[in-house]
Amino acid sequence: MNAPTPGKKLEVVGKPRRRVDGRAKVTGALRFADDLSLPRMLHCKLLRSPHPHAIVEQVNVERAAAHPGVYLVLTNKDFPVPFGIMPVAVDEYPLTAHVRHVGDPVAAVIAVDEQTADDALRLIEVRYRPLKTISDPIEALDNPEPRIHEYGERGNIHRNQSYEFGDVDEALAKSDHVFEDVFFYQGNTHLPMEQQATLANLEGDGKLLVSSSTQNPHYLHRQLARVLQIPEARIRVIASPNGGGFGGKCDPANHEMVVAKAALVLGRPVKIGLTREEVFYQHRGRHPVLMKMRTGVTKDGKLTAMHLQTLLDGGGYGSHGPASTFYTGVLTPVTYELPRFKFEACRTFTNKPACGPKRGHGTPQPRFGQEVQLDKIAEKLKMDPAELRLGMVTKANSLTANWLNVGSTALDQCIREVVSRSKWKDRYRKQQYGRGLGLACSTYMCGAGLPIYWNKLPHSGVQLLLDRSGQVTVYCGATEIGQGSDDVLATIVAEVLGIDTGLVRCVTGDTGITPVDLGSYSSRVTIMMGNAAVQAAERVRAQLADAVAEKLEVLPGSLVFSRGKVFHPGNADGISFREAVEMAESKFGTIGAVGSYSPPKPPGRYKGSGVGPSPAYSFSACVVEVGVDPKTGWIEVPKIWIAHDIGRTLNPVLARGQVIGGVYMGLSEALMEEQAFRRLPEKLSSALVHKMPSMLEYKSLTALDMPEVDVALIEDPDPNCPFGAKEVGQGPLLPVMPALVNAIFDAVGVRIDEIPVTPDKVLRALELKSKGLAPRVGPDHFPSVPYPEPVYVITPEEGGDGKETKKEARKRAAAAVV
Amino acid sequence: MNAVPDRVHLRYVVNGEDTPVSFAPYKTLLEVLREDLDLTGTKHGCELGECGACTVLLDGQPVLSCLVLALECGGRRIETIEGLARGPELHPLQAAFADFGGSQCGYCTPGVIMTAKALLDQNPNVTRDQIREATAGNLCRCTGYLQITEAIEDAARVLRAERK
Repeated sequence: MNAPTPGKKLEVVGKPRRRVDGRAKVTGALRFADDLSLPRMLHCKLLRSPHPHAIVEQVNVERAAAHPGVYLVLTNKDFPVPFGIMPVAVDEYPLTAHVRHVGDPVAAVIAVDEQTADDALRLIEVRYRPLKTISDPIEALDNPEPRIHEYGERGNIHRNQSYEFGDVDEALAKSDHVFEDVFFYQGNTHLPMEQQATLANLEGDGKLLVSSSTQNPHYLHRQLARVLQIPEARIRVIASPNGGGFGGKCDPANHEMVVAKAALVLGRPVKIGLTREEVFYQHRGRHPVLMKMRTGVTKDGKLTAMHLQTLLDGGGYGSHGPASTFYTGVLTPVTYELPRFKFEACRTFTNKPACGPKRGHGTPQPRFGQEVQLDKIAEKLKMDPAELRLGMVTKANSLTANWLNVGSTALDQCIREVVSRSKWKDRYRKQQYGRGLGLACSTYMCGAGLPIYWNKLPHSGVQLLLDRSGQVTVYCGATEIGQGSDDVLATIVAEVLGIDTGLVRCVTGDTGITPVDLGSYSSRVTIMMGNAAVQAAERVRAQLADAVAEKLEVLPGSLVFSRGKVFHPGNADGISFREAVEMAESKFGTIGAVGSYSPPKPPGRYKGSGVGPSPAYSFSACVVEVGVDPKTGWIEVPKIWIAHDIGRTLNPVLARGQVIGGVYMGLSEALMEEQAFRRLPEKLSSALVHKMPSMLEYKSLTALDMPEVDVALIEDPDPNCPFGAKEVGQGPLLPVMPALVNAIFDAVGVRIDEIPVTPDKVLRALELKSKGLAPRVGPDHFPSVPYPEPVYVITPEEGGDGKETKKEARKRAAAAVV
Repeated sequence: MNAVPDRVHLRYVVNGEDTPVSFAPYKTLLEVLREDLDLTGTKHGCELGECGACTVLLDGQPVLSCLVLALECGGRRIETIEGLARGPELHPLQAAFADFGGSQCGYCTPGVIMTAKALLDQNPNVTRDQIREATAGNLCRCTGYLQITEAIEDAARVLRAERK
């Protein structure tokens, strides 16, 4: 279903091309959500809480409602039904009566313009009853009261879980070495250039239309129906082109619900555009994660087992948190052979903006820890870190201890590529003091194997419509967030039909007219939408081939679709694609087809095995070069080498852009990005507030800071992927942070076991080193977390069946045999 | 209070055209362009002068239009992304951004292209470092900047060839 046509070379796939939406982006013609306006449009502003934790006792809206130019004021009373992207975490109200973080919205004003709405916000009187604030996971564990939410495991623990795949204690006890490390990865935010905006209006037929900067129009569609209590068929959601997403526009959001409700009540278009400060409060970014890794190793450098514990700071809401919690562990065994694995994870609620999915979703944190720990292991065993890794990479199509199918892998090639290109063997450990190289690897999913809500439906649908003009229109619910979703769609359709991408019109991200696609998350679009597009295009091609074959008196299967023509190999003149469509339309009537895609069933069958499986995994290896100034701690990064196992490159311009963009975001996180908070002084309530909800304070790399990046795309086509193409949007971010930290060790011999790595931390570590103390900066201990008894699963290698087994029963059985 | 009118009436020269404008006096140039002239190609990312998305040229100089009072622009030349193409043909900067991956989500693109235009108008013989310095005030979260720099280098080559 996803193989290229026999006998035809790829003509579109793999060729550098201007992306199909490129022109509109450079002319300013592309309309983002906030660029939309309609006659009689009103504007909405939200009143956001100044308290991090409070009960809203009373909201008096009379003065605001009477303010000239104000049309509507909404409060919690107007929204009795909560929402949330995950069925197990439906915990948000569009306007809240229980404030969970500074910036949580409690009321909304809809007025003739933004200025008037803003003025009227100040006329709303809110009586808050402040509650004690929980600032971090330790406080959350220590303070079960006051509860931030009434649901969850208990107290302020949202999720708490434990899995053990094979007897880890036994394996650690038998290991030649056991390495124990504690790491911390600070939270950070997506910082998309486009601030979220939404426009809601009633269409001519009376149905609600919501145009929004959302990555997931399908999930928003469902949640709007839930909150507004109207049938889904009466709502249409259009995902406007996203001005950057990175995960931050995955959750349905308060502002989307509020303007939709207002448009329904008023019968007029209502728009909201968040300010940059509000975007920081909406957040849903990287979880701060504290991690402990106990890893067993043989003296010749093989892993025996790992016991991984994570503690997540979830912020004020569930968001994607149940999935994020799993992702702080489940992909860890995919890169290297790890016979046994125990993974315990706990997500706490705190009074901060909710954390959620950010590029890499939960996996950069443990990847950082593991890759830095491997560097320490290599040092202890006196092995080259690249050789150590090459000796333990997972084998293609093997099953991990936690029952994930590795599928195709070119991680070994990736490692060799960056080692060769960076002249690693000549330079690692061989440069002058202050110069260093560091290496790290990673993996990422090509789409989540299960949907966010339980169903047996396809994950992606594609519809094609052709007519006698020769134009091809492709419809799909997938969302263009800048990653090139539309270009992937056009590329695949064009390749199968043997035409130019310029003939393909993409209509995407519109729940009113496009087949369902679950959205732009988990690096799923190329694989899932792509496979659906291959199926639809092949079905159309078969219709065209039937019609043309009849005319040419040849067998349909012998026809070649290439360069805008359909021909028999014996006569390359053939007929034009346009004529072929006309023949087919004449023979069959209107020409169209649909395609859909569902991922393969995962091998694991224990409860919780649904998070982690994917049709394929991408792999990356990275070398970072640093210069560290021992006097100032300043870190300079002149060059980064990265090799990414992409399966197959669809458009090299875009693929390279995704890799460099991922490297950029990873490096920026590693060096400076930090979603930081501080407590106000006691006289100002001791409340916990965001330290820097502005772009000036929240630092990110600029053009001047960006190093040279040498990108190698390693092509090893994956049979589960369209034309073999795997993901490239998230994977290449992941190895950058640990590679940087490992390079700093090579440069000046200090270990920074936390992200971000700022100059003050380097200086502190150098000072410790000069005093003869352990040259390390990082968390000093991992707290006692009340993890539950583990779900015990026998590994595939040890003969398991993928289901949960009672550990004690298994031990008794083993003892009886002895 | 009485001295402040509800709206002011001025004339700008927008993308080479004499343009009458009428707007509330508190508005920024960014707001007037987007809301009163419907030139939404100019974007906003912060309204605080931090991101560069709203860059336009004012009398040939790049400015952050979110920090410029619209009142101060009477009679002045304003260039926005909408005026850059040469009829149906893209300006070399636009073509290069589209072809070399300088634009991913496209949101920072108009601002960084206008910054680059000012740079190349002054000096088409720019070095890579001069490009990086000139665009350091335009934040981009998608590209990692390298393909932006490469696109501007390519456009500079095209523009130099045109001048010969």
